Amino acid sequence: MIFSPLYDQMLSLKDTWMRGFLFWIFLVWMATGTAFGAVDSVGGLDFLGKLGNTSSTDHRKLAPLQGPFKNGPQVTKACLTCHTESAKHVMATEHWTWKFRNKATGQNLGKLSVLNSFCGSPQSNWSVCSDCHVGYGWKPNGFPIDARDYDFANEGNVDCLVCHDTTGEYHKTPEDGGQVFDLAEVAMNVGRTSRKTCGGCHFFGGGGDGVKHGDLDSSLFSPNRSLDVHMHTGGLNFNCTTCHTTDGHNVTGSRYMPKAKDQRGIDVPGWTDTTRTSCESCHGLTPHPKRPRINDHTSRVACQTCHIPFLARGGKKTKVWWDWSTATRLNSEGKPFSEKDADGYETYTSQKGTFRWAANVEPEYFWFNGLTQYTLPGDPMANERPLKVNNILGSYEDTGSRIWPFKVMRGKQAYDPVQNKLLVVHTAGDDDSALWKHFDWGKAIKAGMASIKDSSYSGKYDFVETKMYWPAAHMVAPVAEALTCTSCHSQNGRLANLTGFYMPGRDRFPLMDTMGWILVALVSMGSLSHAALRIYFDAREKRLR
Amino acid sequence: MKKVFIYSSFERFWHWTQAVLIVFLMLSGFEVHGTYILWGFEESVQLHRYLAWGLVILWAFAIFWHITTGNWRQYIPTTQKLVEVMVYYTKGIFHHLPHPYKLTKLRKHNPLQRLAYLFFKLIISPTTWVSGLLYMYFAEWTTWGLDGYLSLFWVAGAHTAAAFLMMAFFCGHVYMAFVCSPITAHLRAMITGYEEVEEGE
Ligand code: HEM
Repeated sequence: MIFSPLYDQMLSLKDTWMRGFLFWIFLVWMATGTAFGAVDSVGGLDFLGKLGNTSSTDHRKLAPLQGPFKNGPQVTKACLTCHTESAKHVMATEHWTWKFRNKATGQNLGKLSVLNSFCGSPQSNWSVCSDCHVGYGWKPNGFPIDARDYDFANEGNVDCLVCHDTTGEYHKTPEDGGQVFDLAEVAMNVGRTSRKTCGGCHFFGGGGDGVKHGDLDSSLFSPNRSLDVHMHTGGLNFNCTTCHTTDGHNVTGSRYMPKAKDQRGIDVPGWTDTTRTSCESCHGLTPHPKRPRINDHTSRVACQTCHIPFLARGGKKTKVWWDWSTATRLNSEGKPFSEKDADGYETYTSQKGTFRWAANVEPEYFWFNGLTQYTLPGDPMANERPLKVNNILGSYEDTGSRIWPFKVMRGKQAYDPVQNKLLVVHTAGDDDSALWKHFDWGKAIKAGMASIKDSSYSGKYDFVETKMYWPAAHMVAPVAEALTCTSCHSQNGRLANLTGFYMPGRDRFPLMDTMGWILVALVSMGSLSHAALRIYFDAREKRLR
Repeated sequence: MKKVFIYSSFERFWHWTQAVLIVFLMLSGFEVHGTYILWGFEESVQLHRYLAWGLVILWAFAIFWHITTGNWRQYIPTTQKLVEVMVYYTKGIFHHLPHPYKLTKLRKHNPLQRLAYLFFKLIISPTTWVSGLLYMYFAEWTTWGLDGYLSLFWVAGAHTAAAFLMMAFFCGHVYMAFVCSPITAHLRAMITGYEEVEEGE
């Protein structure tokens, strides 16, 4: 109605052109108006966090689980009376084999093979590192233990409870500390895996709470919304397996070879696959209906890049620097010692060296296509310093790459300057060479190297500065806390170092900008001078008259 | 003096809409470019996108209009009286000499204007919208198989270059609109459609 006078006027226009034009404007307006009515966010999905909580079996009623059990393997045996194939399944997964073959790079990875820039390698350190292996039987005959002695083919050694305990009482290694819980009670209360069971190992990687990843620590046992929108206990309350879906005990979403770019979008079980370990699996490829310009980013920028604004946001710090070279110092009494920061985090220990910790860590950003090339024990070290313990592959030119956020771990670790390779150090153990007991690098390295296949060692060691990349995928913040355009599209933004491609708002054309402004200035000055002359001549003429 | 009808209603609508669109496209475009902060980056991007579509649609109509009405001939360059017009603007105008070129509905633009507008229509505008649309559909380049042929550096560069030319044109054009006597004569003509011209010829 407001428009009616205007409209009458339009109708009276003789100009057919004008009318045709207005009609088209109207059509376009209608069309865009409809397009913006689309759905805007995923709502009503709280059921996802509760999925699978209703079991069709009450394990309390099962005879084989009534116990009593003397040890873990006896429970496993009981489990296998019904779940006949489960042990076989588990034994085919990385949780058991600690092996991962990266077909694309041809490297043999997995904990049995790789070295990291934290504790180094589990090789020769099984007494401690095997705590997080889903199997029993690592410490039957004292020390040292060698992975080559471990029976990877024994179904009876599969530890069902470490993942399926719901009581929170269970610990894997009662042989050591004496059993303080009732195994039968634990066995009768088995259930789905939980943040507690998964987090029991994965939140503590690198030897302590939050040490390794930066996006995984004990704050995720019961996160608030700001820390993780999906796992928020008062909200969606996701489990780890809500996203890390499993099939035949195989958990999807390993960081050895993550899907850096999901091009399939929403995964419909039965139609595509049953995995949900990418944001796109639920949110699709164009998850921003109201802000279409942001959708244009999804092919080159991982969701995580904007939606994980900072790492270690849950009140726990993550380790960002670990310098092994300072380890083995002893105090005046010849005893190991440690130093802590104001928040109680160790900054030095004689066993491990010097640490730096950080909370609310700004991730570093790199192109990533999902492939990682490790510097494995025995591999010749590249010349670049700091040495990349794992080199993430990808580039702007490679359209399979996207920009991903990483925690970059830095530090110094032992290497062989003669043979130019990283060294395996025997750190943990109750024997006569373990570093943490005897503080003797020479002995510890010799023992460490003796435990691996390529055991040659020149006898000389030194420390090299290294770094290691950890892609971030957890601690997803609510939209309001996500990055904004200018976090990156500005001159000193987060992507300032990721050069080699043009990015609006960050990059300029300095020469053209200068020339452009000069041109505009010339035209404006020319106009103003012309105007001044006109005024001058007008005034003069008036005066003369 | 007599009044001559020069600008049809479509032309006037087109002119003013284009003017408004281009002003706001400049303002938002140079915010995206990082020259200043005005509405905020995301807001400017969004505004630029909507206005750009407005301009593309407007141009589509304008092109069609120029072809079907034959008005494109208005921009055929000519050297006839070109020198006289240049001399007029550098000398005669200061002494209120008569403009050497008489406008009619069939010849709306003096030879200098013809050249300037031709440059605008053949160089600045096409560069703006070809580069602008490519820029807008950057995310589709892979799907469209353009990846190997284009780089955002060149597309954004061409777009920014065109934007600078547009700005320079704009400054000169706005000034020239007032280079007449009385100084609002051109402005009034573009609003009412009627320009006053001297009798005779
Ligand atoms: C057909 C019309 C136009 C289209 C389709 C268009 C499209 C675009 C697009 C897609 C961008 C990138 C920012 C974004 O994603 O929104 C952009 C940037 C820009 N536009 Fe336009 N635009 C048009 C007209 C104009 C006009 C008339 C001007 C100014 C006179 C202008 C000046 C700019 C500037 C300065 C930038 C920033 C370039 C950079 O720094 O990379 N645009 N335009």
